[in-house]
Amino acid sequence: MANPLTAETLGGGFDDAPVQSARAFRAALDAMARPGRIHVIAGARPPAPLSVAAGTLLLTLADGTTPVHLAGDIDCDALRGWITFHTAAPLVPAEAAVFAVGRWADLTPARRFAIGTPEYPDRAATLIVEMPVLQAEGPVLTGPGIRDRARLTLPDPEAFRANHALFPLGFDTFLTCGNRVAGLPRSTRVEDF
Amino acid sequence: MTFSVPPPDLQDRRTWMGLLARARPERLAELVPDEPDPGPVILRQPEIGTVMVQGRIGAAGSPFNLGEMTVTRCSLRLESGAVGHAHVQGRSKDHARRAALVDALMQTGRAAQLRRDVLEPLLRDEADRRRARAEKAAATKVEFFTLVRGEDR
Repeated sequence: MANPLTAETLGGGFDDAPVQSARAFRAALDAMARPGRIHVIAGARPPAPLSVAAGTLLLTLADGTTPVHLAGDIDCDALRGWITFHTAAPLVPAEAAVFAVGRWADLTPARRFAIGTPEYPDRAATLIVEMPVLQAEGPVLTGPGIRDRARLTLPDPEAFRANHALFPLGFDTFLTCGNRVAGLPRSTRVEDF
Repeated sequence: MTFSVPPPDLQDRRTWMGLLARARPERLAELVPDEPDPGPVILRQPEIGTVMVQGRIGAAGSPFNLGEMTVTRCSLRLESGAVGHAHVQGRSKDHARRAALVDALMQTGRAAQLRRDVLEPLLRDEADRRRARAEKAAATKVEFFTLVRGEDR
């Protein structure tokens, strides 16, 4: 146990967990139901370098039954301690993860993550990708939950196209930046230009 | 999972955390009436949940699930930086808060005073409860003995 029990590690949780987690959960649902639309979520104050949005998603979605994978520089002592204290989620390698958090460069190759099985397509990983910018511009998205077309900054359109090709299998993705989050479920098509 | 013998100070902390967890909420409220000023920062609001209590039985001592019990937990931090945790039995959020507060204060200069004013009374209460229960049980004990069996005549 190398986790230092610092103020940083133990603080930064929800102040009013029932209300804040319910709001964040609703935002996460909306984000997945309307791919490409950017929502603002807040409540968690995770240690650096995790963003507020990614931290809030983790506090809302992760618990002792959902193994979490931390990729790249997200995998630091302060964050390990923070996630363990606030969610009790086990920290695991990429292959075993239900949630994976990190920058896209650290999460690739994305084919490591669980994509579910034909009997249980829900047993797939959800990636929480930390983005340097998150805006409604870039590759065109179509599919369920999108009226005509949406645009969203994507780290690697080709990877998401390949993931959509696996449908109904495949991972789902939240893109986070600061306190903003957008959803990109496996059902969304990333169009060619 | 591996178990190891904790160092003495951890053993000590385990003892007082257990004592606070098992204490009667009203009794703890009497002994720890109010919070210091400035109040502690709540790291984890008191929340109610359940834990599976495991027991061990038989020569092999393999664990089995005895049943679930309700617990309330709370974590807080004092101005001085000491962090207190509590998991207490029952549904009293005040109890969890006070227990976490005492756990935190036990790591500060007030430890000796708290030990005298809070922990020792709780220890006596617990010993009393155990004795009362043991006496009640003893009163129902049936002693079988033989007056005369007759064969030694």
